[in-house]
Amino acid sequence: MPLIKNGKFADDNWVLVGDDDELPTDTPVIVSAARWQAERDALIGRNAPLGVKLEAGEAPELIADDLDRLQLVAVNFPAFKDGRGFSYASLLRDRYGFDGEVRAVGEVLRDQWSLMVRCGFDAFDVADGTKIDAFQEALGEFSHVYQATGDGKKTVWQLRHGG
Amino acid sequence: MYRYDEFDHRLVKERVTQFRGQVERRLAGDITEDQFKPLRLMNGVYLQLHAYMLRVAVPYGTLSGSQMHMLADIATKYDKGYGHFTTRQNIQYNWPALSDIPAILDDLASVEMHAIQTSGNCIRNVTSDQYAGAAAGEVDDPRIWSEIIRQWSTFHPEFTFLPRKFKFAVCGMNEDRAAIRFHDIGIEVVKGKDDAPAFDIYVGGGQGRTPMIGHLIGAAVPAVDLIAYLESIMRVYNMNGRRDNLYKARIKILVHALGAEEMKRQVEEEFVHVKEKGVVHLPEEEIARIRAYFAPPAYETLPDESSALNEAMADNKKFADWVKTNVAEHKVDGYAIANISLKPVGGVAGDASDDQMHVMADLAAQYSFDELRVTHEQNIVLAHVKKDDLFALWQGLEKAALGTPNLALITDHIVCPGLDYCALANARSIPISQEIAERFNDLDRQHNIGELKVKISGCINACGHHHVGHIGILGVDKKGTEFYQISLGGSADENASIGDILGPAFTEDEIADAIETIVETYINIRQEGERFIDTYARVGKEPFKETLYATH
Amino acid sequence: MAQHTNKRATTQAVTANRLLDGEVVYFTADGSWSDWLKDADVADGKEACAALLAKTEPSVAAQQVVEPYLFEVAVEDGAIVPASVREKIRMAGPTIRLDLGKQAASA
Ligand code: HEM
Ligand code: SF4
Repeated sequence: MPLIKNGKFADDNWVLVGDDDELPTDTPVIVSAARWQAERDALIGRNAPLGVKLEAGEAPELIADDLDRLQLVAVNFPAFKDGRGFSYASLLRDRYGFDGEVRAVGEVLRDQWSLMVRCGFDAFDVADGTKIDAFQEALGEFSHVYQATGDGKKTVWQLRHGG
Repeated sequence: MYRYDEFDHRLVKERVTQFRGQVERRLAGDITEDQFKPLRLMNGVYLQLHAYMLRVAVPYGTLSGSQMHMLADIATKYDKGYGHFTTRQNIQYNWPALSDIPAILDDLASVEMHAIQTSGNCIRNVTSDQYAGAAAGEVDDPRIWSEIIRQWSTFHPEFTFLPRKFKFAVCGMNEDRAAIRFHDIGIEVVKGKDDAPAFDIYVGGGQGRTPMIGHLIGAAVPAVDLIAYLESIMRVYNMNGRRDNLYKARIKILVHALGAEEMKRQVEEEFVHVKEKGVVHLPEEEIARIRAYFAPPAYETLPDESSALNEAMADNKKFADWVKTNVAEHKVDGYAIANISLKPVGGVAGDASDDQMHVMADLAAQYSFDELRVTHEQNIVLAHVKKDDLFALWQGLEKAALGTPNLALITDHIVCPGLDYCALANARSIPISQEIAERFNDLDRQHNIGELKVKISGCINACGHHHVGHIGILGVDKKGTEFYQISLGGSADENASIGDILGPAFTEDEIADAIETIVETYINIRQEGERFIDTYARVGKEPFKETLYATH
Repeated sequence: MAQHTNKRATTQAVTANRLLDGEVVYFTADGSWSDWLKDADVADGKEACAALLAKTEPSVAAQQVVEPYLFEVAVEDGAIVPASVREKIRMAGPTIRLDLGKQAASA
């Protein structure tokens, strides 16, 4: 699957490893939260970047204490209607100050990208055939925002008052 | 009333462009119906029995004369010459073509209106008190706070894919005309520190198949914290509301499962963090800016008594009847609040023709500072009419068949579209409303019965508020035949209660008789000065059950 | 909308709404869509009904109609009559506004 990161297609070096799969050496891996908890020490002992994939229902609180050991958190959307991941990304960025990659995986619609970026996602697994123009266009659909999020964008309420 | 600035204008226009693109992608086959459906719903476009339906937001029910004219023009140009005003203070068009909807949205945007978030699992149009700014005893104008919530909730990045739809209502005083205890979040403005406006926040009310009364979770939350507090509630709900079962997905189910205390604890824990983040959620200057739009209109100084009014009432019984039912006290001397009933006997509750909309808009311009309100009881209000002008206003209304004198009487119903329009319906609701209205058409009889709120839904989704009707009627389907179940004793005001189901359902042919039996029972047992709902509170359902099912 | 399908019904036709304007339409024997129920193709028996519904797939793919489904009908004196109140209202229009919907044009 193509990866868009910070608005551009990017190479994806990460390998998603199943709970029963063997860990490859020297490769950045993404594991489930369950595997992370079960094999924490062994995973930290490896000499390669680490990521955890949160399923819907697995709030970031689960890995909050370990975030400084992780370079990536993937948030899965089992269905585009399941919006829990929007809050997860907000929490990762605003509450826990996570500054690694926050990647949206699973079923994501074009019309959700711009909202997701506002919540703190910086990377997206996208469908084959996705055009980068479509991504840029989707992000540019709204010129202003009413709400303050961690993206630091000035809100309409600030702009109105010289903020 | 509120006016868009360049930012609001731009965002609404950008939304129209975005929706036009979504429609184009659908028509070109780039996205399937399954993918398009949530997108169109988020912009108020349903597919109903006969055609598409477009729901247009009337934020907190307030609109200007020119906005009402535009609603009429849209009905003429793109629909079939009428619109339906709903309990959520919106208007629905029943026949637009999908291909026309982007053009309709352009027209709406030109008068600062839109269909944003009128459906979908997001924060919906905020509703409010139709007497806002005009009722005596108000702590603050609830529309100021409704507008703030409107802006904050528009395209909210985190809360647009909630477990289920989310409805806010705000009222500005302890008399509740906005049914705040039956909303996902209901807000009452109260006096806080130094008498500054603060907010009592009720969470987890709702209707649908499991009606529940909201719980007070935040008491006297100060204005600076309002948005942070709401964000906290929304986040707890977004992360923990059920997503496995459509019927258990509303916040009321979460509050019920956790208990109000635990819900409050979780919200307050979240609130501490949200506050810590230190973002200025709601600048003081912005509150002041929005407040200025709701400054009182330029009232004249008048005596409270109007001899013109008194004389006209003495001369004209029909007018006097209308004043008695449809006119309410205004906080300013010499002014009154005029209710326009959209419930003529034989008509369709909440429907208004394009011509009628133009007439109401013109009368608003002439007599009520060019402003109208849609009520959650599906009527229209002109909030600031000089008592001296009431007679002329009434004459104008009468000419357009808008002078029905039945506010809050037994012929003034809330009625959902039911099986005549709605794809989810089990039974028709409009014909039932018409039969009941015809049965009680005699005005003296209506006055003798007094205040009695009949509310009718065509299925368990309860869009017609049947749970909170003094008499509630619910359409059910029994092997392909329409039946109607009656409940009594519901109330949507500050004494919120959910109606009790009486017993076996009735057929369409039996329902008007059944209502008549209930009303006669009430008349027989009521005590001096008791309204139906008071009698019911005193005696309970047994006497009604007895008379109703005795003959059966 | 499949919930409106009566699983035990034997005689059925297929209806949908046209994508562009939402108009109620019926699937005909020549594989097109008509505004009028009288033009509908009627199938008898479970397999024939399923086959009829399957024939509408290309028109969904071609963005002509939305969510086609089977509904029960009876053929009385050569006329096709829907079994449910719901489908009777769909084929005619709102019962409280006889000036609207298909009933207005056919009157
Ligand atoms: C015609 C298309 C409509 C559809 C498909 C529809 C659908 C629904 C559904 C599914 C629910 C239940 C939600 C739940 O329990 O979670 C509901 C509730 C409700 N609807 Fe509608 N509705 C329609 C029209 C209307 C109209 C015309 C009104 C106003 C007259 C309205 C006002 C409401 C209200 C007030 C509720 C109850 C609030 C609550 O659920 O707590 N709806 N609607
Ligand atoms: S209550 Fe049922 S029938 Fe009535 S509008 Fe709502 S969904 Fe339709």
